[in-house]
Amino acid sequence: MSDHELRVSKIRDGTVIDHVPGGQALNVLVILDIDGTGGEQVSIGMNVPSDRLGRKDIVKVEGRELSQDEVDVLSLIAPDATINIVRDYEVIDKHRLERPDHVRGVLSCPNRNCITTDEEPVDSKFEVLPDGVRCEYCETIIREKIPDHIGSA
Amino acid sequence: MRHDHLITARQLSRADIETVLDRAAEFDADPAAYGDRHPGALLGLLFFEPSTRTKMSFETAMKRLGGDVVDMGSVESSSVKKGESLADTVRVIEGYADALVLRHPRQGAAKLTGEYVDVPLLNAGDGAGHHPTQTLLDLYTIRENAGLDDLTIGIMGDLKYGRTVHSLAHALTNFDAHQHFISPESLQIPRSVRYDLHESGAMVREHTDLTDILPELDVLYVTRIQRERFPDENEYHAVAGEYQIDAETLEAASDDLTVMHPLPRVDEIAADVDDTDHAKYFEQAHNGVPVRMALLDLLLGDSE
Repeated sequence: MSDHELRVSKIRDGTVIDHVPGGQALNVLVILDIDGTGGEQVSIGMNVPSDRLGRKDIVKVEGRELSQDEVDVLSLIAPDATINIVRDYEVIDKHRLERPDHVRGVLSCPNRNCITTDEEPVDSKFEVLPDGVRCEYCETIIREKIPDHIGSA
Repeated sequence: MRHDHLITARQLSRADIETVLDRAAEFDADPAAYGDRHPGALLGLLFFEPSTRTKMSFETAMKRLGGDVVDMGSVESSSVKKGESLADTVRVIEGYADALVLRHPRQGAAKLTGEYVDVPLLNAGDGAGHHPTQTLLDLYTIRENAGLDDLTIGIMGDLKYGRTVHSLAHALTNFDAHQHFISPESLQIPRSVRYDLHESGAMVREHTDLTDILPELDVLYVTRIQRERFPDENEYHAVAGEYQIDAETLEAASDDLTVMHPLPRVDEIAADVDDTDHAKYFEQAHNGVPVRMALLDLLLGDSE
């Protein structure tokens, strides 16, 4: 069995998210709101040697085909990731992420004085800029360490 | 602009601004002549922070137009004290009024409120965010004294947390204005405002000292540097002293320089400036009434 088959194709039906930067696999699951309670079978490879990235993570979600909208938000932390849709052990679709215009409910605003950090019934919303994200409420711009802000009310 | 919200100066086009200022000029000529403009209209005042000028000028403006105000009162005496969310509070109060004015200590509070209410909403200051109605009266004052095009303006003081500064800087991108920001390095304009100014192609320069740029200015807009922005009292005094002006400072300025301040001032403009022809900050504060009359008139629409 080849290395490729072992790491990418060895699920029957579902989604394989490949070329995630090393160490970001758990953040991928947080963003996709996959915490095990939904019953999905999830396999994770971390810090796998990669020609392109040096080290990469791989996330395999069995029994669930993730839509483009669902995965595009991953571009914030894994801009070079590839999405493989697998059916009956065959990769039937493979595509790159597209950067979304907005992300909702994924990041928390680092501005302690932002209204979204208060006890209000509101999801965080960020506009995606070419080189960062911007809170649509207080307008704070985050350019560095975006994964540190994953996890919103 | 009918039935719209005014959340940030970023949403204002040059045409929007000129519409408000032209209408304000009509009201300014005879403010007492418009008492039949919006009879019975009610303006809801939601001030979650203390305010004197902004609140009183909105109240005056609404009454000059023939309407009245309903006031939430202080936070201490309201349901907010019991833990009610802003989203709930505003959804209740919008049922009592034809338009709302909101001041809140949190940035983004007006944006959030605008998502929950259908009546026109005016942001009267959201934390260190925006204060667009102040900006419109600032622009009115600048237009009256210096003109809005071919303008060289210095904006000095706390540019990081000063919401009047953020809104003014955004609005001036609609005009042929050179903006000079003068502040200590720790209180420079925030990244988000700098980003917008860059995106709009604004003509901007930053300084840490007023001396070199002062002779070039048509307008000097001074803001207060607040003690609580500094961890150390000595550091505050050392820095704040660098950004105070008096009549002697202004001897190096153009005779036509207009000095403005959103008020309240503490000691950043010495009292001896009040007696010079430069001082326009009290006129600026008075302009709050006709400008807010114009805004309310446009947002409430025709009374027929």
